[in-house]
Amino acid sequence: MKRFAALISDLDQTTKTLRKIAALERYFREAPPEDRIWCLALFSGRRPKRILSTTQLREWAAELSGLPLWLLEDSYAVVGDLAETIALVLPPAKGNIDKSLSEWISALRAIAGADAEEKRKFILEVWDALSGQDRFVLNKLITGGFRVGVSQKLMVRALAGVTHKPEAEIAHRLMGAWNPEETSWEKLIEAEDLGTDLSRPFPFFLAHGVEGEIAELGLPENWCAEWKWDGIRGQVIIRGGTHYVWSRGEELITDRFPEFASLCEALPKGTVLDGEILAWQDEAPLPFNLLQTRIGRKTVPKAILSKAPVILYAYDLLEWQGKDIRDRSFNERRRMLESLCANQSKALPLRLSERLSFDTWAVLGDLRDVARSHHAEGLMIKNKQSPYGVGRKKGSWWKWKLDPLTIDAVMIYAQAGHGRRANLYTDFTFAVWQGNDLVPFAKAYSGLSDAEFKDITAWVRKNTLQRFGPVRQVTPEHVFEIAFEGIHKSTRHKSGVALRFPRMARWRRDKSPQDANSLEDLKDLLNTYG
Amino acid sequence: METQDTLTFTSNGIYCSAGDFYIDPWRPVPRALITHGHADHARFGHRSYLSTDIAAPVIKHRLGDINIETISYGATVQVGSAKVSFHPAGHVPGSAQIRVEVGGEVWVVSGDYKTVYDGLSDAFEPLKCHSFISECTFGLPAFQWKEQSVVFEAINAWWQQNANDRRVSILGAYGLGKAQRLLCGLDRSIGPVLTHSTVEGTNRVMRAQGIALPPTQQVMHDTDRKAQSGAMIIAPPSALESSWARGFGDISTAFSSGWMGLRGVRRRRAADRGFVISDHADWEGLNAAILETGAENIYVTHGYTDTFSRWLIEKGYNAKVVPTQFGDAEEEQGNDV
Ligand SMILES: [Zn+2]
Ligand SMILES: [Zn+2]
Repeated sequence: MKRFAALISDLDQTTKTLRKIAALERYFREAPPEDRIWCLALFSGRRPKRILSTTQLREWAAELSGLPLWLLEDSYAVVGDLAETIALVLPPAKGNIDKSLSEWISALRAIAGADAEEKRKFILEVWDALSGQDRFVLNKLITGGFRVGVSQKLMVRALAGVTHKPEAEIAHRLMGAWNPEETSWEKLIEAEDLGTDLSRPFPFFLAHGVEGEIAELGLPENWCAEWKWDGIRGQVIIRGGTHYVWSRGEELITDRFPEFASLCEALPKGTVLDGEILAWQDEAPLPFNLLQTRIGRKTVPKAILSKAPVILYAYDLLEWQGKDIRDRSFNERRRMLESLCANQSKALPLRLSERLSFDTWAVLGDLRDVARSHHAEGLMIKNKQSPYGVGRKKGSWWKWKLDPLTIDAVMIYAQAGHGRRANLYTDFTFAVWQGNDLVPFAKAYSGLSDAEFKDITAWVRKNTLQRFGPVRQVTPEHVFEIAFEGIHKSTRHKSGVALRFPRMARWRRDKSPQDANSLEDLKDLLNTYG
Repeated sequence: METQDTLTFTSNGIYCSAGDFYIDPWRPVPRALITHGHADHARFGHRSYLSTDIAAPVIKHRLGDINIETISYGATVQVGSAKVSFHPAGHVPGSAQIRVEVGGEVWVVSGDYKTVYDGLSDAFEPLKCHSFISECTFGLPAFQWKEQSVVFEAINAWWQQNANDRRVSILGAYGLGKAQRLLCGLDRSIGPVLTHSTVEGTNRVMRAQGIALPPTQQVMHDTDRKAQSGAMIIAPPSALESSWARGFGDISTAFSSGWMGLRGVRRRRAADRGFVISDHADWEGLNAAILETGAENIYVTHGYTDTFSRWLIEKGYNAKVVPTQFGDAEEEQGNDV
């Protein structure tokens, strides 16, 4: 595994994109194909099956290092990564085993069925025979989740460099449900045709946020505008008599949305739609938290199905009659999509994304201002002549979001972060006034600068009223402006509201706690925008 | 045995009533005994200072015109009814543990220390005592340092690679102690060694007091910074992301600190490399040092004090956390001086 461990070091050891790509290219050229495919799998979040619980790992690591379990846990809280913590606290290796990446994965798979005692013996032996980076990487294979700062884009560039295939094709090849145990480097990357994987989605095209003045986009007539909804970006594939639903995170979510099965009957084979999955009732979207009830579960009980029925709010057509039409202009794809959606029954979970008419940017600006009353979070603006691209590219798709909602709140609880931030207080709970009481309504952990986190940390240490485990109740003294994207009614929260993407927009050092908003203010926002 | 209050913990810092002095106080006091010149130990505003003769020049360089007396390692001075002596802490040149004896009761304040010899600072001297006030900046088992020679090899290999690629190497290091320690470990056959003015300022002070340092060349405002490919530059960590660093063209940057042992810290600091080298004791070092004192009472400060004291209590020590100016003894990560 020396080569793979060295790749991880190389990737960790530079912040420069070109050097990262060079390291990946070297690996893809030199490593055996059976290792390469695993490298691709690991870097794209496809982890080998977990064969050990982290509890077992912790206990055995404590045993081998002669440390009490609590001390291992304390160290983990600071290091922020269990695989690394274990690699660091274990005594130096005495033996030496050299196996390739794929050999290690086979070795781990081979003990999957063994009993706990056999596994324990295996792990202790392995730990004692691997040092430093190799030990860390092996632990990572067991615990899963490699974060090496390699984006899909970077990997695509490196693979394109090695195979001399176009980047868009590589990106497409990497999509979908492939599994390193069932495919090979040859089949996935090298083979002439893309294979018969009917479920394979297209890479999603992503929009950039509008940065400057909207008028910089040029003539309004070159652009098409739609509402930007807060749902789940999804691709619905109808091929070979069945259907697949993919999320933008490349998760196959077909089973979670059984409604879409009816599209199989209604739409022709060889159709791929891009759109937003929304919880939908009476021809209007339901709040995102209802959709959320559908995300976490693999199977959906009837009650939830009827409470949060979904539709695909379709805004693009990527494949038609089995042909990839991403190269055609947006206008043309849109026309095909319109005729596809025309005359479809309202019982079908499919709606055509509304095209907003505007002839000046000012008119569009007015539409954006009222987006919230349409339950949208802003606008999508797409160039009429543009093909459907790959990944996040500037130029033809823009999102023009609303400014967030804000409220001034008092910090009442603080909790330390993880990893580098383990000794900084970064996770806070905020409250608003209800009479003389402070009612907690949101947690936030991002939005401050490092310097501000340092300041607030020093203050938290000196102003702790009570400790509840890792959480500290602090003197209600500091006011923060909390920004958020949406607000919904919630029975699970004491305040009765749930916020979407709350974060700290500003530390209002100019305000005293009395100046913070009240629960009533929050309820007003709920009534207006909820 | 119930100990006497030879040293107590006050809002000004560690206090000895028998001698009416403070050790590394953080508020202005009449009489301050200073373990070493780092900013979190030697502060402005005391009426009088006492440090080792080796540490004094740098303290004066930092604090300017102060009223400072010096003492050599091992010498004993009577302060009130306290017998006081300074002993090598191995942290940086001149750094001391301070031994305080009152009526047969011995306390030692470690200051910052490391137990391994770095070739530049006098080697750490184990002292027997009843009560030991120990730092524990790296008081977790996740911190275990490699031998210095191994780290120097890695630094030189990085430098060599950069020199082959015609890049400039910029190594971030604290100007007092770490920078000079690294200077002594560089393989001079690879290329010239340059310094940032902050580092060179300390070099100059140390050379003037007779500490032998390899030759260096300060980067001046008229230095042709585009013509330094293959050079190694030692600079304070804060300079690594500055326009000053970018002025050298194609550079590779690295930090050198104990925190670099953590992958998350290494990756989030925007440098190409992170070398794990610290002037503080690692987990093994702390435990060994504490054992060697023979002390029953251990007071821990600086770092993971809650965790480390719990560990010591389980080992049978009477361990406590020193209350600090922070209200409790946690320190922000990244402090490695
Ligand atoms: Zn210190
Ligand atoms: Zn220090």
